[in-house]
Amino acid sequence: MASKTELWQSRASEKKKELLRPLLKERLQGSWLGLIIPMILLISWEIASVRGVFEAHLLPAPTVVLAKISEMAADGSLWSHIWITLYRVFIGFVIGTASAVVIGSFVGYWKLAENLLDSLVQAFRSIPSLAWVPLFILWMGIGEPSKIVLIAVGVFFPVYLNIVAGIQGVDRKLIEVGKIYQFSSLQIVRRIILPSALPSFITGIRSGLGVGWMFVVAAELMGASEGLGYLLVEGQNTYAPDVVIASILLFALLGKGSDSVLKLVETKALHYQDTLANQG
Amino acid sequence: MLAVQQLKRVFKGGSAGFRNLHFTVQESEIIGILGTSGCGKSTLLRVLAGLDQNFTGKLKNKDKDGKQPGMMFQEPRLMPWLTVKENIGFGVKDGAGKEVEIQQFIDLVGLTGFENHYPKDLSGGMAQRTAIARALITDPSVLLLDEPFSALDAFTKMQLQDLLLSLWEKRKTTMVLVTHDIDEALYLCDRIFVLKGQPGEQYAELILDDIKKPRQRGSHELAERKSNILNLLDLSRQEAN
Ligand SMILES: Nc1ncnc2c1ncn2[C@@H]1O[C@H](COP(=O)(O)OP(=O)(O)OP(=O)(O)O)[C@@H](O)[C@H]1O
Ligand SMILES: [Mg+2]
Repeated sequence: MASKTELWQSRASEKKKELLRPLLKERLQGSWLGLIIPMILLISWEIASVRGVFEAHLLPAPTVVLAKISEMAADGSLWSHIWITLYRVFIGFVIGTASAVVIGSFVGYWKLAENLLDSLVQAFRSIPSLAWVPLFILWMGIGEPSKIVLIAVGVFFPVYLNIVAGIQGVDRKLIEVGKIYQFSSLQIVRRIILPSALPSFITGIRSGLGVGWMFVVAAELMGASEGLGYLLVEGQNTYAPDVVIASILLFALLGKGSDSVLKLVETKALHYQDTLANQG
Repeated sequence: MLAVQQLKRVFKGGSAGFRNLHFTVQESEIIGILGTSGCGKSTLLRVLAGLDQNFTGKLKNKDKDGKQPGMMFQEPRLMPWLTVKENIGFGVKDGAGKEVEIQQFIDLVGLTGFENHYPKDLSGGMAQRTAIARALITDPSVLLLDEPFSALDAFTKMQLQDLLLSLWEKRKTTMVLVTHDIDEALYLCDRIFVLKGQPGEQYAELILDDIKKPRQRGSHELAERKSNILNLLDLSRQEAN
């Protein structure tokens, strides 16, 4: 009898160890695993370039691209390009998100606003946003305002759609709980509707940010004297593929980095959700 | 306190819901509602709570201060983004003593130690107990309960029935209790309405206010009433066929 209980206990403590280990392992593996394939690609690219498989004036080796980046970092031009691009994305993102929150909340919550506004917004959405470029340049010139407005327009739609869907998808049963406590409309919005719509809102701003990065390239291609998009144009005009690839690489890093920040916010804010991702 | 006349709320062209209800609930009375699944019990509570305005007939559900009844739904309906503690305090106005009061109710329903758990980490019965605490803590003068103990084991169920009775002793809360548990209805209620049919109609009314509370579970008196109810339910089934 006694030995039996011992057996059970030892099993339990073993289990505990087993539970702890994979957690740590998973964390490490999760972040490192994603790097394996890019590393392999990068190394094969380097080897192929050295062997002369790719023509250097079309596709320079990764080491050449890295050298270009560190050269620009050393003379300081890199930072000003990155900074101005980040600034445009950020301001455009904030303006686009803010207006989407305001309009989306009205449309989602208030039937009258939906009837008045939604079909108009949908009509605007079906215009390919780049078609605005000439108009914005006519109206605002090629300075900062036209660029930021273009980015804001791009960010607006995914955020708007997700907010409206989030608010309209709030469980009626939870709203009834608020009604039982005689909550005012404002209390229902603040304490039930907004928290319920949060997951959808976060999805919206993540895809909004993605669109923001797409549109900053368009905005900087249409005429700029600074920024990562400008580097693309300059690289093209001066036959410098290393500059073009460096710029593409930086876009990838910045886009991934900013999305990781939002992803972190998402996991922090939505830890209460009973989802596959939250299994633990 | 609560009175209805010719109350009717039907769905699907009149084939679901309830109709022809007449009753008056006195202050501090506990009313039980029994009936087969789908006969409109939850629908009735929603109308009594003021959540469903599409009824016909007369309804009086406001107390003398003009307050509507409190309600515990058939499902827990917890806010997934709030902890047990925050869910229980959801309808409580901020103020001194709020925390203490919440802790009291957490202890009363046996959730001590789970204050900071989120609904996703609760068992069905724990979620139901959280919902019970959330409904009781606001201390409404009329309380509507939709199968409040359905997800609990026999022992916890008895404990919480006694908790409900002790609150009733203190505050004389008027209650309408929907249940499928005949023993529970016999233990707690002053009157029991039996509904039958689709849409549900009042089939019988049992008066138990001659048996004083707290009652003896499994006593001879209650057993007699129970066979009474079982007969009624059986009859109603035969009539339906
Ligand atoms: N909003 C609605 N629209 C259409 N039909 C509904 C609606 N609400 C309830 N019903 C129907 O009314 C009938 C009664 O439902 P109700 O939830 O009141 O049953 P119940 O007596 O509480 O059953 P149970 O004991 O299973 O909880 C069911 O047939 C249901 O399908
Ligand atoms: Mg029901």
